[in-house]
Amino acid sequence: MIPAPFDYVRATSAEHILELMAQHGDEAKLLAGGHSLLPMMKVRLASPTVLIDIASVPELSYVKVDGDDLVIGATTSHATVANSDLIQADAPLLSYAAAQIGDPQIRHRGTIGGSLAHSDPAADLPMTLVALDGTFELLGPSGTRSVKAEDFFIGYFETALEHDEIISAVRVPRRPGVGWGYEKFTRRANDWAIVGIATVAGRVAMANMGSIPARPVATEQALAGGQGIAEAAALAADGIEPAGDMHATTAYRQHLARVLTRRALETAASRNQA
Amino acid sequence: MQVQITVNKKPRTDEVEPRQLLVHYLRDTAGLKATNVGCDTTSCGACTVLLDGVSVKSCTVLTAQADGGTVVTVEGLGGTADGGQMHPVQSAFREEHGLQCGFCTPGMVMASVGLLSENPNPTEHEVREGLEGNYCRCTGYHNILRAVLLAAQSPDAGKPEAQVSA
Ligand SMILES: Cc1cc2nc3c(=O)[nH]c(=O)nc-3n(C[C@H](O)[C@H](O)[C@H](O)COP(=O)(O)OP(=O)(O)OC[C@H]3O[C@@H](n4cnc5c(N)ncnc54)[C@H](O)[C@@H]3O)c2cc1C
Ligand code: FES
Ligand code: FES
Repeated sequence: MIPAPFDYVRATSAEHILELMAQHGDEAKLLAGGHSLLPMMKVRLASPTVLIDIASVPELSYVKVDGDDLVIGATTSHATVANSDLIQADAPLLSYAAAQIGDPQIRHRGTIGGSLAHSDPAADLPMTLVALDGTFELLGPSGTRSVKAEDFFIGYFETALEHDEIISAVRVPRRPGVGWGYEKFTRRANDWAIVGIATVAGRVAMANMGSIPARPVATEQALAGGQGIAEAAALAADGIEPAGDMHATTAYRQHLARVLTRRALETAASRNQA
Repeated sequence: MQVQITVNKKPRTDEVEPRQLLVHYLRDTAGLKATNVGCDTTSCGACTVLLDGVSVKSCTVLTAQADGGTVVTVEGLGGTADGGQMHPVQSAFREEHGLQCGFCTPGMVMASVGLLSENPNPTEHEVREGLEGNYCRCTGYHNILRAVLLAAQSPDAGKPEAQVSA
């Protein structure tokens, strides 16, 4: 399977990316790891006429500490996020989630910014950044703005990104020692979650329980009100009606959400040293 | 467009279409037919090669993305291309009979070299997880596991240029 023809340009700096986007307009697409975009182009679900390769822009690939936050450049690979000592120490939920994506080869190519911009509700990182209360830095012609993870995801493959903006960085609060839990239910190796749960510091977010990462509000309120994990987890699917598909019916997804939320919260409690 | 890629230690300059996939560059432009296309959907790992030292699925990388980079395929491992010895991973696959039809083998061997370069002393569990992206429809994986664990006894099995002693 071969994509439809396109022109390829390699950006050399963040400024150069914005120039190329202005020059090529809606015909162009950004190419980071290519592990969502190229499969879609191979089956002609997407046929951009220009690809702007941002993967080798040096200033977009880094992990650093900035006060109370960790900041991760948009083109940092899943493998680097998974193996970073800084992230493992201060946001272990994020490094663990990155290590659950696909397989080693996919993690070598795929990037944090690409996964978030792609906004697949079944993916690992969108729910993780919502659970972590992360913030995305969006760079456009008039500068950088910050958008909270929970305001960024709008629908299936739809985000708050404007057509002339890129994700330049991802910011997460540093929380060493705070307990976290992660559950990903799959049937096959290197697959997406049928349902996934990420939790840290009393926040819970779920993958594949709707068109964007879902927050089980009733569960979070029950926890905040001092109820036990079993009682709180039993409310995890309240008001949440995910679509059924060939992998799972709506009722089965709701069942998984309750069971996996309980397991994730129990793990988080057992890990908490804060 | 023009690309410059070092393939199995030989620098090459080629004129390619921007939409060409790296696996087709290796097979058709460079004439290296060992790397297979199995699924063509980033699942099976038959097309695995090393790009700039790490394992990638070459059915999901553009030749253009590899421009300026270094690729190693199974033909470039060890010293057999220059009359030398096999690579420790190749030799261990033969020793433990880690293949049957051989279709998955070039990708399986390259994924194993990549794994051992990142983790020179993997546990059995780490080998299973490290080869999660490579499917074998023949062997049932047991001999592949044994082969990778045997190869790991050789300290430089993660280096593409390593050779077993004669
Ligand atoms: C077989 C397979 C299995 C997978 N399994 C999983 C899994 O289990 N869990 C999971 O979460 N994911 C999985 N993935 C997806 C993988 O994580 C992708 O790497 C990721 O979704 C996209 O990242 P990328 O860098 O490859 O983006 P690309 O494919 O390059 O880009 C994706 C989209 O984002 C846009 N984009 C990229 N970077 C930016 C940026 N900085 N700013 C704005 N827009 C940008 C692109 O224009 C494009 O529209 C899998 C993929 C494959 C092929
Ligand atoms: S052919 Fe590339 S992963 Fe199957
Ligand atoms: S040996 Fe036949 S697919 Fe692995």
